[in-house]
Amino acid sequence: MNIALSKLWQRLVQTARLSCGVPDYDVYVAHLRTHHPERKIPTYAEFFRERQTARYKGTGGRCC
Amino acid sequence: METVATKPIGVGSKIVWALIAIIGACCLAVVALRRGEPVNAIWIVAASIAVFLIGYRFYGRFIENYVLRMDPGRAPPSVLRNDGLDYVPTDKWVVFGHHFAAIAGAGPLVGPVLAAQMGYLPGTLWILFGVVFAGAVQDFMVLGLSVRRDARSLGHMLREELGPLAGVVAMFGLLALMMIVLAVLALVVVKALTHSPWGTFSVACTIPIALLMGVYLRWFRPGRILEVSIIGLVLLISSIAYGAHIAATPDLAAFFDFDAKSLAWLLIAYGFFASVLPVWLLLAPRDYLSTFLKIGTILLLAIAIFFAAPQLQMPAVSRFIDGTGPVFQGQLFPFLFITIACGSVSGWHSIIASGTTPKLLSNEGEARMVGYGGMLMEAFVAIMALIAATSLHPGVYFSMNSPAALIGTTPEHAAAVISQWGFVVTPDELTRTAHDIGETSILSRAGGAPTLAVGMAQLLHSILPGERMMAFWYHYAILFEALFILTTVDAGTRVGRFMIQEIAGLVHEPLKSTESWLGNVLATSICVALWGYFLYQGAVDPLGGINTLWPLFGIANQMLAAIALMLATVVTVKLKRQRYVLVPGIPAIWLIVCTLTAGWEKLSGSISFTAAAQNYTQALQAGQLLAPAKNVAQMQQIITNNRVDATLTGLFMLLVLTMCAFSVYAMIKAWRSSVPTAHEAPRIALSSVVSQAS
Repeated sequence: MNIALSKLWQRLVQTARLSCGVPDYDVYVAHLRTHHPERKIPTYAEFFRERQTARYKGTGGRCC
Repeated sequence: METVATKPIGVGSKIVWALIAIIGACCLAVVALRRGEPVNAIWIVAASIAVFLIGYRFYGRFIENYVLRMDPGRAPPSVLRNDGLDYVPTDKWVVFGHHFAAIAGAGPLVGPVLAAQMGYLPGTLWILFGVVFAGAVQDFMVLGLSVRRDARSLGHMLREELGPLAGVVAMFGLLALMMIVLAVLALVVVKALTHSPWGTFSVACTIPIALLMGVYLRWFRPGRILEVSIIGLVLLISSIAYGAHIAATPDLAAFFDFDAKSLAWLLIAYGFFASVLPVWLLLAPRDYLSTFLKIGTILLLAIAIFFAAPQLQMPAVSRFIDGTGPVFQGQLFPFLFITIACGSVSGWHSIIASGTTPKLLSNEGEARMVGYGGMLMEAFVAIMALIAATSLHPGVYFSMNSPAALIGTTPEHAAAVISQWGFVVTPDELTRTAHDIGETSILSRAGGAPTLAVGMAQLLHSILPGERMMAFWYHYAILFEALFILTTVDAGTRVGRFMIQEIAGLVHEPLKSTESWLGNVLATSICVALWGYFLYQGAVDPLGGINTLWPLFGIANQMLAAIALMLATVVTVKLKRQRYVLVPGIPAIWLIVCTLTAGWEKLSGSISFTAAAQNYTQALQAGQLLAPAKNVAQMQQIITNNRVDATLTGLFMLLVLTMCAFSVYAMIKAWRSSVPTAHEAPRIALSSVVSQAS
């Protein structure tokens, strides 16, 4: 029950953050670790600032 | 040919769906056929839910299996291009929530309120059937197409499938649409705050609150969105509560008491600064607040309607379907269909369905839930707004939504005029409503937001009674609408600024740099001037602005929807699935017919911009002054405004026709070809990618 609730809460937080243009930090860190081990892992604050700026850049896709 | 796998329907599920269909049909029959006695809103809610469920289960699945042929075994862009940031395979409920938060805006709340002048039935039917056969089809199909094309944008897909020129034409239309959207939405705020010190104070407070949140997020607790949003919310609620004190103290109230013109200028200045300043300071924190408040308020409205279960006081069909309505002019066809845009079908969604959402979808099999289902949710919001507006006393509704040119500026005069229309109301009722919501007057507060706010306040008050609570709820509703409209205005101004800097960069390279202060200020000024012009025009308009500008907004929005549906139609043919061409084809044709007819009536005829310009020109030549112009210069201004509006309408029509021509040309070519010619990315099996990654 507790696990289900905490999972639901996580999903809600993830949805809320995504709606503000901030994707899941843990997923990004995991992605960096697996695919780009040479890159420096940003702190959550750095990650957040970068995403905040990126959201209001208007159109324009980016790729890693 | 690909084969379509469909599971046979079990007996139990057949019975359940038959029951839903019967219940839905009964509810719809009550809504449509009962005359003379008030209908309870619950009938509309139940009918809507049944229609949405059936549409989702049957028509949505039909499109999924036969038209788009969504393939759960195919790797989507989020998997193929996973970068952990923009392209991330995400849980379907999270994608759904994000998509809904992105498409839900002021549109579905405002349009149905304006359309309520024709009674509750026309709006209800158009929302229900419009969304199932047009709106949700558009959102779902654009999402499906984008997922098959590396999550490309609408503009990109148009260039690819219809040719480069078509792409350029559509982008021009998009910029024009955006400027009109910003102006009209800003005008809704102006109408809501005119001579309302309480409302103006609480909306003004959002600026220092946002600044505070911005600083907090930047320096004290980086990235703690939830925490800072709760702080922001508490401050906002306090500002609403303190607003009552401001309104009650004449010395303080004077600081926040503005006419429409001054408010328009303030908003223009605000849009400029919000877009020039660093985003973290003002724009982003407001965005967070408004996103959460938006979802919270929609939930609140749903709860209020379910518990209050109001009777609808507006007649099913009012006499104003003949085109003589005070809220907007024009007959049921085509004007109902452009007045309720978002909620039934909204071109704006095609931008989002081909923006972030397709980059997040973890499986093609989830596209129906997000695309089709998300739009059904939006339609439900529109239905709720319609209920809130039609459960008001019609006399109150018309006094709020009719321009002063028709009903005058005193409750006595307004009540007399509106009673003559057949909606009997006493001056006392109008004054009391104003008093209940803590305002001095409710007359001519057009634009939908104040009406919805009164409706919401009455519903919430009926389930949570308390002294002065109605005034609180009214200002809460006004604040939330103003907040998310202003967020659209500043974010939109910023996007517009980048578009303009792109264009300016072609002329003088350094202007393109988004770091350049000169380029930044210059492009923002141009962008603000473009929408500011229409906003100011609306603020001084003799018919209250909304009356004039909303049709322009509706035409532009439906034009974009028509373009998106034309793209879907062309691609269906290009995939050689032409037997299903009518699925996107019929709504596309319907929207083309509606926008062109509405456009034509706005160009020539009694309710056109041209006729208005002519009226003022003739009066000017005869040496007369027509209200609200007080001198010759203002007369000239009104003539110019109407000519600009007429020109813009003409351009929109030309744009639709051009895109039509491009589509027909592309379709004929594709029809003749014996092989599929659509630009789909090659299929890569999901299993092959997933096993590689792990």
